[in-house]
Amino acid sequence: MNMRTPLSRVRGLGSAGEGTGHFWLQRLTGIANLLLTIGFVSFVLASLGASHEQFTAQFSNPFTTALLILFITSGVVHMRLGMQVIIEDYVHEEGAKLACLIANTFFCVAVALVGVLSVIQLAVGG
Amino acid sequence: MADTPAKGAASARPLSPHLQIYRPAITMIMSIMHRVTGAALYFGTLILVVWLAAAASSPAAFDTMQWLLGTIVGQLVLFGYTWALFNHMLGGIRHFIWDTGAMLEKATTTRLAWLTLVGSLGLTFLVWVVGYIVWL
Ligand code: HEM
Repeated sequence: MNMRTPLSRVRGLGSAGEGTGHFWLQRLTGIANLLLTIGFVSFVLASLGASHEQFTAQFSNPFTTALLILFITSGVVHMRLGMQVIIEDYVHEEGAKLACLIANTFFCVAVALVGVLSVIQLAVGG
Repeated sequence: MADTPAKGAASARPLSPHLQIYRPAITMIMSIMHRVTGAALYFGTLILVVWLAAAASSPAAFDTMQWLLGTIVGQLVLFGYTWALFNHMLGGIRHFIWDTGAMLEKATTTRLAWLTLVGSLGLTFLVWVVGYIVWL
């Protein structure tokens, strides 16, 4: 027996109303992370034992600045989605689940903001 | 459906087996590792951001972070981060392959799981050798 209304079947968005949005964004940011990881690891290797002057000098290259901003933003969107699934799998009590999901979003937004603002400041040399 | 026992009543039917019933298989271990490394990277991003924030705030703060990350404990954490990143990255590639419906045969998944483990250890080793050459 099909309990779904014809409209819901046409929309195809499922019970959460998001369709494949979460799945797709997790894959998309995963692919981005895969590419950006190569640049990120190179950046870290170039920064080993660097003085403050040597480290900040790297940000005169706009590609380095762009790479780090992209890695932080793609990484944060990806890790927020990933942690959401982990929370939904293990935290079943409704109130605690909601609190964890909110904390997850707050944490990720804060990490992204501090990261991106720091990179911008290093780039403009403020 | 008719003879389903009431909630809380003892059931005569066998319960579905859970994790601890199975003999560990490499596919299962690497599946768990993908989640564990994803969660580890979640907090690893925090280290990256603190490092960048330190550099943006002052030379003294940055020097403290560079020193901290260079200690034995700091290096152990970074080594774990490196391995988690490569393990999760190769695990992610595995997911992308499976998303196309390919390579889901039992023998193939076992081989892919071993490849993920060996590949991630190899990449971690490679990056750390390069890292020590750069650093020392
Ligand atoms: C380096 C390239 C990366 C690739 C290719 C990748 C790929 C993936 C994929 C495909 C999934 C979904 C797995 C599933 O549906 O079960 C996933 C989950 C996840 N990823 Fe990534 N990822 C990468 C980097 C990262 C980074 C940098 C972080 C953290 C900052 C991260 C955190 C997570 C988390 C927390 C999950 C959820 C794990 C789970 O549900 O078990 N990933 N990743």
